[in-house]
Amino acid sequence: MRVLVAMSGGVDSSVAAARLVAEGHDVAGATLKLWGGPQSSGCCSVADVDDARRVAQQLGVPHHVFNYASDFERDVVEPYVVAHAEGRTPNPCIECNRHIKFDRLLERARRLGFDRLATGHHARVVELSGAFSLRRGADPLKDQSYVLSMLGQSQLGAIVLPVGDMTKPEVRAEAARLGLRTAAKPDSQDVCFIHDREGREGFLESRIELHAGEVVEAESGLALGAVDAVELVTVGQRRGMPAAGSRRYAVAVDVAARRVTVAGAVRAAVHEVTLEPGSVTWVDRPLADGEEAVAQMSAHGRPARCTVHAGARGESLVCRFPVAQRPVAPGQTLALYDVSDPDAVLGAGIVAGSGVRA
Amino acid sequence: MAPFAAQVFGHPSGHHRQARAARQAVEDARDQVAELLGAAPGEVVFTSGGTEADNLAVLGVLGAAARRRAGQETVVVSSAIEHAAVLEACRAAAARLPGVEHALVGVDTLGVLDLERLAEVLAEALDARVSLVTVMLANNEVGTVQPLSDVVALTRRLAPGAVVHTDAVQGAAWLDVALAARGVDLISVSAHKLGGPKGAGALVVREGTELEPLVVGGGQERERRAGTHDVAGAVGLATALALVAKERDAEAVRVGALRDRLADGLLDAVPSVTEAADRKSVVPGTCHLCFEGVDREELVVLLDEAGVCVSAGAACASGALEPSHVLAAMGVPARIARGSIRFSLGHTTSPADVERALAVVPEAVARLRG
Repeated sequence: MRVLVAMSGGVDSSVAAARLVAEGHDVAGATLKLWGGPQSSGCCSVADVDDARRVAQQLGVPHHVFNYASDFERDVVEPYVVAHAEGRTPNPCIECNRHIKFDRLLERARRLGFDRLATGHHARVVELSGAFSLRRGADPLKDQSYVLSMLGQSQLGAIVLPVGDMTKPEVRAEAARLGLRTAAKPDSQDVCFIHDREGREGFLESRIELHAGEVVEAESGLALGAVDAVELVTVGQRRGMPAAGSRRYAVAVDVAARRVTVAGAVRAAVHEVTLEPGSVTWVDRPLADGEEAVAQMSAHGRPARCTVHAGARGESLVCRFPVAQRPVAPGQTLALYDVSDPDAVLGAGIVAGSGVRA
Repeated sequence: MAPFAAQVFGHPSGHHRQARAARQAVEDARDQVAELLGAAPGEVVFTSGGTEADNLAVLGVLGAAARRRAGQETVVVSSAIEHAAVLEACRAAAARLPGVEHALVGVDTLGVLDLERLAEVLAEALDARVSLVTVMLANNEVGTVQPLSDVVALTRRLAPGAVVHTDAVQGAAWLDVALAARGVDLISVSAHKLGGPKGAGALVVREGTELEPLVVGGGQERERRAGTHDVAGAVGLATALALVAKERDAEAVRVGALRDRLADGLLDAVPSVTEAADRKSVVPGTCHLCFEGVDREELVVLLDEAGVCVSAGAACASGALEPSHVLAAMGVPARIARGSIRFSLGHTTSPADVERALAVVPEAVARLRG
């Protein structure tokens, strides 16, 4: 089988490529240049491309560098900036997977005659009588099924995730055994286009105007304090919120009004999360109205049981939680897993808002 | 060349017999390069290649000018389609040297320098004196030969204090540099574009041209470029230039015919293909085509798999392709530029190679267009 491996220059995709080569597949590596910025680490620095190229050379497979910088700017960075200006907090890694890796790169792999696209994600694709399911990776600490939760059948049938059945220590041990230069390379943690030094604030500041705002208590309407930049506050955030005796969580961000609304843990808790119309995707089939599922609302968030319901507006979906949850920022992805098979992803959607039951 | 890489260990600046042998090889090479480029031996500075030659020309001339003019404004004028070695050197000069400004002169839609605009820029810059005008002999992407003699004449008339540099790296394989760059003060050449070794080149610096060295040390190359000579590289450059000069006219005819066969064949066989430049003003070794609806990154991969090596343009530090500043300067829309590639033909290109490309390319393009 001909496989194109997306090689970030990290240890996971290095081992993914090595495993495919060892299995006898006809492998080529590709590293994506996504960002023209000067950052020294992340998905697309020159040093990372060098690492990917050297690993490919060591494995004896061709390596290509594909420039998706303008697509990345248009489909990931710009929407990220616009969302913050509107008080939403998207997950750029998911948007990159959605628009770049599992869309444009996958299409390119097909055009170039590859049978499959492989990545180093910690998740598993399982085929059962022609249907593909997406499952959590074998390492619960490194599971990345959340950032792939928006994939559907057409993509799942075209990808391989060679390290999904390995734990991270196993991946590193395999890389060390093969003498791959990336064996001990630290995991990338941050958003690749945001430099450590400037941070999210510095990055957004260079793109949009940030506004100071007041922090208002939800119950009393009293002003409790102020924040330097409303745009940097994420719903659900506790850090930086005035405590006023007890912990306060941001429950709403209104950029236009320059206002952050906060509430204590009890009042902030939500029982309902609404997903944006049109954002909901299913791995295989849609859940029926009222069906149970397990929701996960951040990359390593705690899964919580819910029931899903058709929303009032168009194709939106409402997840109702019997147990109260921390509020979720609009723009975040909510991934749904199977109640009876909690490793299996069922679908995903982008959070429009959360609150108490209507 | 080979003996100087493996057997003659002498350092040309030394004083023993091995050193003398190496020294003689360098000076013989210098004589040869000088004659072939229409220069005096003392005007040839060996460098590590075209990029260093371009950098030495631009930063060397502007460094001297900025010092002489003690912070008063001075301008370097370049075409908009120069190689990055020149453009980045101009930008670096403007960024690093006090008073230096960089002015770009555009090209027409066929990739040939806009001489009227050059005249305007030279005339406008009267107050801030122009120190350097740099225009390449032939463009490295689309292959267009630039009107160098007009550039020299205009500069002499409108900016008599300025020196003229030409990056002849791409042109030297096809044009008699001594003739084509007559009156030019600084000429960059590179050995590998002539079938010589990679990492060897030279800059011709006309007698009397003020130039600050970029590399200082032992005073080699008449204090214009310090460092132990790459003896094998110098000999390789001279040999390559000599061989090219001997066969240039015949090769231009032979390769030009192959190029036409390739270009016409592809224009015939593939729908929606365009030539960005006018072939009449393009060097024989360049066949630049834009395949609409195709991404050059993909075409390069498919052609490579089929054994046809093409260039899709300049890459950044990571190796990723960057949008072409040359096609942008020519006003080629981005969606057309996206599918542009350069086939390079040369001394080793055979009719069979061209037939192979003609067999492979239409299929690859059709596949990518789906």
